[in-house]
Amino acid sequence: MASEQDKLLNDITEKEYEFGFTSEIEAEDIGKGLNEDIVRIISAKKNEPEWLLEYRLDAYRKWVNMKTPEWAHLKLPKIDYQDIIYYSAPKRKAQYESLDEVDPELLETFEKLGIPLQEQKQLAGVAVDAVLDSVSVKTTYKETLAEMGVIFCSFSEAVQEHPDLVKKYLGSVVPTNDNYFAALNSAVFSDGSFVYIPKGVRCPMELSTYFRINAMNTGQFERTLVIADDDSYVSYLEGCTAPMRDENQLHAAIVELIAMDNAEIKYSTVQNWYPGNKKGEGGIYNFVTKRGFCKGEGSKISWTQVETGSAITWKYPSTILKGDNSISEFYSVAVTNNYQQADTGTKMIHLGKNTKSTIISKGISAGKSHNSYRGLVRVGKRAENARNFSQCDSLLLGDTCGAHTFPYIDVKNNSAVVEHEATTSKISEDQIFYCNQRGLDTEAAIGLIVNGYAKEVLNKLPMEFAVEAQKLLAITLEGSVG
Amino acid sequence: MLKIKDLHANIDGKEILKGINLEVKPGEIHAIMGPNGSGKSTLASVLAGSEAFEVTHGEIVFNGQDMEDMAPEERSREGLFLSFQYPVEIPGVSMVNFMRTAVNEHRKHQGKEALSASDFLRLMREKKELVELDSRLANRSVNEGFSGGEKKKNEIFQMAMLEPKLSILDETDSGLDIDALRIVANGVNKLKSPENATIVITHYQRLLDYIVPDYVHILYKGKIVRTGGKELAMELEAKGYDWIKKEVEA
Repeated sequence: MASEQDKLLNDITEKEYEFGFTSEIEAEDIGKGLNEDIVRIISAKKNEPEWLLEYRLDAYRKWVNMKTPEWAHLKLPKIDYQDIIYYSAPKRKAQYESLDEVDPELLETFEKLGIPLQEQKQLAGVAVDAVLDSVSVKTTYKETLAEMGVIFCSFSEAVQEHPDLVKKYLGSVVPTNDNYFAALNSAVFSDGSFVYIPKGVRCPMELSTYFRINAMNTGQFERTLVIADDDSYVSYLEGCTAPMRDENQLHAAIVELIAMDNAEIKYSTVQNWYPGNKKGEGGIYNFVTKRGFCKGEGSKISWTQVETGSAITWKYPSTILKGDNSISEFYSVAVTNNYQQADTGTKMIHLGKNTKSTIISKGISAGKSHNSYRGLVRVGKRAENARNFSQCDSLLLGDTCGAHTFPYIDVKNNSAVVEHEATTSKISEDQIFYCNQRGLDTEAAIGLIVNGYAKEVLNKLPMEFAVEAQKLLAITLEGSVG
Repeated sequence: MLKIKDLHANIDGKEILKGINLEVKPGEIHAIMGPNGSGKSTLASVLAGSEAFEVTHGEIVFNGQDMEDMAPEERSREGLFLSFQYPVEIPGVSMVNFMRTAVNEHRKHQGKEALSASDFLRLMREKKELVELDSRLANRSVNEGFSGGEKKKNEIFQMAMLEPKLSILDETDSGLDIDALRIVANGVNKLKSPENATIVITHYQRLLDYIVPDYVHILYKGKIVRTGGKELAMELEAKGYDWIKKEVEA
C-alpha cells in the first residue's frame, strides 16, 4: 500500500501547472539592470513628484548596502539583480472607457484565469482593479465607491490624484530600510493598489485586485497601501496566478495596512504563482513584506492567506498592535509540493493594552518540498493584558517532504498570556481506505481530507475566494498528493 | 451474487485465511461467527479490497466480476459495502460533505447525474430517520467525537445512503448497548430486500436475535469449519466455541 501512495505521489508530481501559458501582449520596457538612473527613469515615466523620486533614491541607496537575508529555512539561489527588467507596461496604456477598447488578448488572458472582469463581477458585487504586469488596465466600480468617498485606484493614480495621503502613509508601516526586499521594492515599485476608506464608512463591496506576472524577465514590485479611517471597514482580496515560464522570476511586493480607531481591515490572499516544474526548475520567487498597523484604539486587522504557488515563498504578514484593545488575526494555509520551498508565518507585535492576536497556521507538504512556519509574538512593556493564541499544524503527504515550525516568543509584560499549540500529522492509510470503501478514489479522498484540514482557514475567506481556494488546494495537491 | 473459492490471504507473510469457500445469493443473510483471531475481520477487509492483505490464492467473484484487480472504490461503486468494526475519524470533513461526495461518486458510476443540494438533503433526512441518527451528528466531522454506538449507527446510515447490493457488517454489535443494538438491527432489516444480501460478522449470538440469518458459518483458524441454519448459532451460544475447537482438532 505504500507503493500505491508512492505511485499517487508520483502521479501528482507529474501534473503540470494548470494555468501555465503566456499571452502575447506587447510590453514596453526599459532594459535590464538597476542603478540610480533606472530609478529616475521609472519615476519619470510615472510622472512622479520630486518627493517620491527622493523616496525611491533613498531606498535604492540603502538597498545597495544591504544583504539578502539568510535566516530563513530556504535554499536561496543567487539572484542577479542586474539581469532583471525593472519596469514594463502594456503598450496601450490609455484608460479605457469601455471594455470594447481593451486589447482583446488581454481580456482573454483574464478569461483563462477565470477572472470575469465583466458584468459577472458587477453582479457579484466585486470591484476589480486588474494589474497586468505593472500598470492598472481597468478599474470598475470606482464611481460607486467614489460616492461613498472610498478611494480605490491604482497606486500610480493615487500618486497623481491623492498625493497628500500617499505621502503621509507611504512607508509609514514598512520603512524603506526594513529589509532587503522592502528596500528594493521601495526603490523600483511600479504599481499596485491604493485604498482609502473615510471615517465611518463601511465599504459595501469586497475590493479585489488580481496580479499577474506576464512579460518575460520582469520582476514584479507591487505596492499596496490600504488606509481605513476611524470606524470604517474594508475587505480586500488579492489573488494571483502566473504563466508558465523557464526562467525564475522575482517578486518583491510591499503591502501596508493602516487601521485607525475602531476601523477593521480584512486582507485576504489566494496565491497561485507558477511553482516551477516537477524537477524544481523555474517558478516564481516570492519575497513579500506585508504589514498592518493597528494604529487606533479598538482597531482590527485580519490576514487570511492561501499560499499554493511560487518556487520560493518568503512572507510574514504581520501586525503591530499599537492601539489599546486592538485585535489581529492571521489565518494561513500554505501548501508546498514538488521542490517548492515556503518559509512563512507572521509577527504579532503587541504594544497597546488589552491587545489580542490569534494565529492559525496550517502547513501542507507534499513531494520533496519544505514548508516552514515562522512566527514571532512580542509583547512590549506597556502591553498590559495582552493575549495571544497560536496554533500551528502541519500535515505531511508522503515521506520525502519536510515541515518545520519556528515559533519565537518575546514577552516583556507579566500580565500577558501567550499560548502556542502545534501538531504534525499524516493522512493515515485507514482514513484513505475508509473513503475508498465509500466509493472515493484516493485522490478524491486526499482532496477531501486536506480541504477538511484547512477548513478553519478557508472559512475565513470571503465566499468568492473560498470556492476558488478549495479548487486550488485540490488542483495543487490532487495533482500532487492532495 | 458473491462466490468465494478457496481464498487464501496473508498479512506480513502470515497466512490468515486458509481456503475459504462461500456462496451468497440475493436475498440471503449469512452470519459468520467464530472465536477471536479466527480471521473474520480479515475476510471482511479482503472482500472490501484492503491493500494491507495479500491474496495468495483463490478467487472472489462479485456479480459475475472477478474482483482481483478491482480497487476498493470500484468494489464500493459496484455495490459492496463494509460497515467497519472501528470506523475511522476524519477531522474537518463534515458528514454532509463526505456522504454527498460518496453518493455522487456512486451515481456517476451508474451513469446518473449528481444530486442537487436539496435532493441530497432530503435523501439524507429520510435515511437518518431510518437509523434514528441524531441530526446534529450529520453536521459534525466524520465520526469525530462520536460515541461507539453513534459510530455504528453512522455506518448503517451510510449503508442506507449507498443502497449496496452486498453489505458486510463487521462486528457491528460490538460496543452497543441493547437499545442501540435494536436500532441498528432494525435499520438493517428495513434495508433488506430480495435483491440484496448481507453478511453479518459477529462473535456473539445476540445480534442474530434481531437480524435472523439464513445461514450460519463458523470460521476457525482461517477456514469455514461448519455451516448450518440459525440453530447453529443457538448451539454455539449454549456450548461455547470450545466444542467446535475440540471437534475440529479431533
